[in-house]
Amino acid sequence: MTTTYEPNKVLSNKEYKVVGTRPIRPDGADKVTGRAQYGADLQLTGLLYAKTLRSPHAHANIKSIDFTKALALEGVKAAVSAKDFPETKDTANYGLGDSPMNYFRGNILADKKVLYKGQAIAAVAATSVHIAEAALSLIDVEYEVLDAILTAPQGMAKDSPILHDDLFTKEFEKQTNVNSNIAEHFQHKMGDIDKGFNEADIVVERTFDTSTVHQGYIEPHNVTALWNDDGRVHVWTSTQGAFTVRAAVAEALAITVSKVKVTPMEIGGGFGGKINVYEDPVAALLSKKSGHNPVKMVMSRAEVFEGTGPTPGSHMTVKIGAKNNGKIVAAQANLQMEAGAYPGSPVGAAAMCVFTAYDISNVTIDGYDVVVNKPKTAAYRAPGAPNAAFATEQIIDELAEKLKIDPLELRLQNAAKEGTRRADGPIHPRIGCVEVLEAMKEHDHYQSPLTPAKNGGKVGRGVGLGFWFNIGMQSACNISVNNDGTVNLVEGSTDIGGSRASIAMHAAEVLGISYDDVKPQVADTDSIGYTAITGGSRTTFATGWAAYEAANDVKSQLIDRAATIWGVDADSVEMKEGIIRSKTDTELNMTFKDLSAQLNDTGGPIVGRGAVDPSGPGGSFCGQICDVEVDPETGKTDVLRFTVVQDAGKAIHPSYVEGQMQGGSVQGIGWALNEEYYYSDDGRMNNPTFLDYRMPTSLDLPMIDTVIVEVANPGHPYGVRGVGEANIVSPQSAVANAIKSAVGTRMQKMPMNPAAIMEQLWSNE
Amino acid sequence: MPATKVHVTTTINGEPVEFLAEPRQSLLEVLRDVVHLTGSKEGCNDGNCGACTVNMDGRIVDSCLVLGVEAEGADIETVEGIASAEGLHPLQQAFLEHAALQCGICTPGFLVSSKALLEKEPNPSEERVRMWLAGNLCRCTGYDKIVKAVLAVAKEMAN
Repeated sequence: MTTTYEPNKVLSNKEYKVVGTRPIRPDGADKVTGRAQYGADLQLTGLLYAKTLRSPHAHANIKSIDFTKALALEGVKAAVSAKDFPETKDTANYGLGDSPMNYFRGNILADKKVLYKGQAIAAVAATSVHIAEAALSLIDVEYEVLDAILTAPQGMAKDSPILHDDLFTKEFEKQTNVNSNIAEHFQHKMGDIDKGFNEADIVVERTFDTSTVHQGYIEPHNVTALWNDDGRVHVWTSTQGAFTVRAAVAEALAITVSKVKVTPMEIGGGFGGKINVYEDPVAALLSKKSGHNPVKMVMSRAEVFEGTGPTPGSHMTVKIGAKNNGKIVAAQANLQMEAGAYPGSPVGAAAMCVFTAYDISNVTIDGYDVVVNKPKTAAYRAPGAPNAAFATEQIIDELAEKLKIDPLELRLQNAAKEGTRRADGPIHPRIGCVEVLEAMKEHDHYQSPLTPAKNGGKVGRGVGLGFWFNIGMQSACNISVNNDGTVNLVEGSTDIGGSRASIAMHAAEVLGISYDDVKPQVADTDSIGYTAITGGSRTTFATGWAAYEAANDVKSQLIDRAATIWGVDADSVEMKEGIIRSKTDTELNMTFKDLSAQLNDTGGPIVGRGAVDPSGPGGSFCGQICDVEVDPETGKTDVLRFTVVQDAGKAIHPSYVEGQMQGGSVQGIGWALNEEYYYSDDGRMNNPTFLDYRMPTSLDLPMIDTVIVEVANPGHPYGVRGVGEANIVSPQSAVANAIKSAVGTRMQKMPMNPAAIMEQLWSNE
Repeated sequence: MPATKVHVTTTINGEPVEFLAEPRQSLLEVLRDVVHLTGSKEGCNDGNCGACTVNMDGRIVDSCLVLGVEAEGADIETVEGIASAEGLHPLQQAFLEHAALQCGICTPGFLVSSKALLEKEPNPSEERVRMWLAGNLCRCTGYDKIVKAVLAVAKEMAN
């Protein structure tokens, strides 16, 4: 019997005119013809090219840097090191909290000490990129090599080498005077953990280790900077946050933000990894030093792997206790995460998510932020949460197996709901955890028998459930009315995956005009109000909301204008579905198009503004169902069937919501099965190429079926919840649980590559 | 130490083109920096991501692995050559309608590869599309919508 089902379903509760449709993105034509201008495509008159010298050692003192021979090479125009940063204050803040200036600058150009292989030390600008590369080999650097530490447990060991002599552990929110690699140890407590475990009929405890992985965007970081003769710095760059770059460049160079203009170029993927600033201030320094020429820097793939990202490896112990009837009564987690070279691992976010999908009365979570000799970690899509879920979701699966309860039933029985308190404090508002689980349970995939093996291996099915809290933050939008009945919409969020469309759709819906009549563009930092990063799943939520506000401002001005033209009171005029009309006199009405043609003669242009800083982003839940085939002789795993279900609140543009769900899930599959920084003992990444850092290809995957659940977020005018991140939280666990179901071994290490699976199978024998 | 440049005569997107290339310059570098066709993208510069895919004498190649001087006498098509005066190619239109791109950096390579596939095999299976496109990495979409777009064009062209 053939089962028919819809591979991409939207479970809508509320319909709109424009919101919920699937129009073509405004930047589409440029992106399918090669005309779209990405950062590396930029050409300016007098352009110089620069390259960065990077540390060959994972941990070393820098004794000296000598540019003499490099500067003597014909075509070399300038060289810089950390010595070229001007004197400044002790802390840097570029919109993401305070950090010590020496740590912030150290990750841009190392001073005195290098803390990971690939860390930038110096840079050279020349008339061609080949000359700049040649000049790097002529820079003499003297190092004193030190022992490297590569994992959190190593860094926490009593006799571990210390990375920073000025780093003192913060313990339970109090600064101690203990100099160690543990930047912070925090704890969330709720209920009575001992009492909880005493009440449990069954307790499962396991320890999990996960490897360092990279965001893997296809476009390398790039920047072109001009430190102009008038003292103003112009930066063209590939970034998730133009205002973040503006602030970071200003902080690094000790100038004020209004001296810096950042033009965000089209961005070739980010996933969190293009929030941090790397070469941007360096290009500016080189521009100044070379006599105010524009300087362009584009990283190689190896530089991207070794000098940017990644998301951390982790060492986690999770223990969960339940009653025989399936009620979970206690949960405990010890999460140790690698910050990389400087403090700031996503362990805080991991702790906010580790048990958040469940209603558990007794919880203790300990988190450790540990510096190690690896690149400073950057955000990667729900940072920290996938690591944590890899532990929790496997233990939930094991409890279900031991209690002989269906794994989705067990999750439903314990699912978090409106009013459930999280161990880190907040109480869940209206959330869609139950709705997501129910949609998974009812799905054709879950109802169907296991997908048959393709190559004679063993097949199994697993599920996983993930949560991400999402963020709000500031966004601005301006809308001006054209005299042909269209509007220009200006906003400040870089468009990584169709957000120009979803933001424009907010405005079209408010104004009751066609989506095609809204012309969105992403502006530079001189041309729009402060807008925070494209990250935290906030762009459609917050910048969309700013567009909603700007459109409502336009609407009220249109009503005022019509009232003036008609000589009536504005309160008696309304605008609906693109028509402005008197509520009392049916003779008085005109279309938006007619009114727009009269604006210039009836009082001048109409410009609306929206500026928001919303507090209720609305967390999103997402679950996956995964069928795998494992070859028991080689350990190779193939994904045979995959379904992802996510609560979008309201999908403004369902195709791009599905795209987020599919893309996040596939990154999770790559993370689960293949991806890792493969380190030598002395801290060198052995696989900094796409050949050896093996991301999924089209051939590795089946179609990724989607179900969009819509449980409206009360904190947004159309009910939007961010959808960019929750989808990467639990695909790894769904794969792990499927492997367990196929070959009977519980995977405690990620990636679950053939070697890891065989090692575990043999150790079970 | 100025490098000696080589004079190359070639055809790009149907137009005769001449350029001077250093022997060490890749075709990708020449396309982007000498001929100023920046539609082909550099993602890895070692033949693993496919963002620089161009069609050279009927074969798809990673232009980062071809030397610029090897373009002598060749017939090259880049993403800039896919649309015509009549408008977008059906594959370009399908990529837009199926939301088969998010950031768009891999899109030029996928379009060049997909077009070459459909020219050779007008009616490929899903498996065949996945095999053919396995040399092009996309990190945003999970490939689902790309594969569906290519299959939709194949179906449309068959009718």
